[in-house]
Amino acid sequence: MKPKVAFFDFAGCEGDQLQIANLEEEILDLLGQVEVVSFREVMKEHSDDYDIAFIEGSCTRLQDEERLKQIRKNASIVVAIGSCATIGGINSLKNYQNLDDVKKTVYGDKANLFDTYPARPIDAVIPVDAYVHGCPMTKDEFLHVVKSLLLGKKPEIPNYPVCVECKKNENVCAFERGEFCVGPVTRAGCNSCCVNEGTKCWGCRGMVDNPNENSQKEVLVKYGLSVDDAIGKFKLYFGWQGKKK
Amino acid sequence: MNADKNLEVNVHHVTRVEGHGNIYVNVKNGIIEKCEWAIPEAPRFFEAMVVGRDWTELQHITSRICGICSIGHTLASLKATEAAMGIAISDQDIKLRKLALHAENLQSHILHVGFLILPDLMGVGSVIPLASSNPAEVKTVLGLHRMANEMSNLICGRTTHPQRLIPGGFSKIPSIKDLLSLRDNLQSSIPALEVVANLVQSLAPKIPNFVRETEFIALSNPDEYALYDGKIASTDTDSAPASEYLSYTNEYIVPQSTAKWAKHSRESYMVGALARLNINYDKLSPLAKKISDMFELKPICHNPFMNSIAQLVEIVDSVADSIKLITELETTGLESQSEYNLPKVTIKAGQGVSAVEVPRGILFHDYTYDEKGVCKKANCIIPTNQNHGNIELDMKALLPQILDKTEKEIELNLEMLVRAYDPCISCSTHAVKVHFV
Repeated sequence: MKPKVAFFDFAGCEGDQLQIANLEEEILDLLGQVEVVSFREVMKEHSDDYDIAFIEGSCTRLQDEERLKQIRKNASIVVAIGSCATIGGINSLKNYQNLDDVKKTVYGDKANLFDTYPARPIDAVIPVDAYVHGCPMTKDEFLHVVKSLLLGKKPEIPNYPVCVECKKNENVCAFERGEFCVGPVTRAGCNSCCVNEGTKCWGCRGMVDNPNENSQKEVLVKYGLSVDDAIGKFKLYFGWQGKKK
Repeated sequence: MNADKNLEVNVHHVTRVEGHGNIYVNVKNGIIEKCEWAIPEAPRFFEAMVVGRDWTELQHITSRICGICSIGHTLASLKATEAAMGIAISDQDIKLRKLALHAENLQSHILHVGFLILPDLMGVGSVIPLASSNPAEVKTVLGLHRMANEMSNLICGRTTHPQRLIPGGFSKIPSIKDLLSLRDNLQSSIPALEVVANLVQSLAPKIPNFVRETEFIALSNPDEYALYDGKIASTDTDSAPASEYLSYTNEYIVPQSTAKWAKHSRESYMVGALARLNINYDKLSPLAKKISDMFELKPICHNPFMNSIAQLVEIVDSVADSIKLITELETTGLESQSEYNLPKVTIKAGQGVSAVEVPRGILFHDYTYDEKGVCKKANCIIPTNQNHGNIELDMKALLPQILDKTEKEIELNLEMLVRAYDPCISCSTHAVKVHFV
């Protein structure tokens, strides 16, 4: 019997579920291997009987925790897809703002009707079994993780910095070009896609498990940058991870 | 006939739309007591998130408002930053940006018409059963979708959340060779598009014949079918520059929605492909007009269900205009630029407003920067937000006309109405105006 899979989304842009549509003809191969029982973005049918749950987006309000816990109960495997789900992503930028003020200016005297709390990744609410990092996740890594899970293996995700891939791609270092790059502490696996396109690493895959702080400090000293510069850039994606450490 | 009709429809999280929206209907003894379009999506506070961030990051952050219209948000963001600081853009870069926008329009419209609307017309719950019942058609749609994504990839460096689009221009540009090969692919997609158009035409009798007069708002430009730039135009009133957007959008809060609603000269207005077609029909390419004629779609069409057909017309127009743009670039020759290009910019304090037509309609970004280029205030008004009021008023007008149908049919008709607007709800709920003290 084909494993049943379901897709869910919380606070996010749905760009990761879009990558599944972007599999194009490969979707048909995937549909040969799994049975999709719930995917609100593309189908009307819905069932709570599933084996694997893919979750996109961050949890940004208390009322969504219940839904997440229910998904965890129903699924034997929970996979977080995309930065918002795996590390809190860009949503955690709002965690630096005073949330009460934000809510009041937005909704005025109705502020109490609307619930919001600091944005957090899925594993801050329920245990997660596998991660597909990236903003958005790449379809190749998604397929790699799905294939591994279907074979009963733990998907291998790089735990070294983007610089490793970037050097292999023979890019000119962003620091050499006068840009600030968070590649030295960001988890690889993207093939340094942003630097390849002429920009820099923004940190969307989150920090590696043990970022080399000394080497990051050396980089800062070498290019005359301050710790404040670094913290400013880290805030873009590391808001939740940074707080945890 | 419906005097004893009792009905309760609660569609929790309408499917095959982007984001979360609910439909609530309550009919007692033939009288409609409630007919509501509600948005429970978790708000994301993007305008708050960008405050304090550097001008070079704004397009990166606001791109994340929406995965499907990330190119449109990026371009609206860049244009607002460029307007605030007086940054000039070369003709070549404008052409490349227009290609980027066409790529997104193609990708988004093909996804909507092919994967989200066709199942309704073919009486199934999703595109998945169509993969086995109509494999040829599904493969045609997938092929077109792939072409659109390859186009985004070529111009923007990615299909979602573009990388190469930066303030002042591009960090990297495609080669003329790649552009010419893209032109070949666009040219050879035309027969496939005709197949899709014929398929939709054969199902056209399933499109509800529903009319409610409303106002349409879209960009308008004397030189072209406006997407990248133009004045704000309305079917009711005079046009105005983008900087006057607030006098068009007039946002207000409704209790059932975490997204704000908008109104202009009437109780509500509509934006999107149908609005653009209604305002800019004369600027469509002959090829696109041929598709429009197939469906007898002419301005001013007041049937919101025809928005999907207007998207089909725009798909063909985007292909035709992209071919034209690439030919222009071929004629002028593509000027090369340095690797890791970083346009020189003089940072200035100021406010900048932009308007761009994205797949779901007119999009506004408005930023204020200090003298260091740090964002002090931001406002983004998203197409779907502007449509919410029109959706609910359409529902209220449609419901009495379909009350004699079965509960299931009523539910499907209301869902189809919502889907016709191609709502992008995660976009629209972030779109709350935030003023910081």
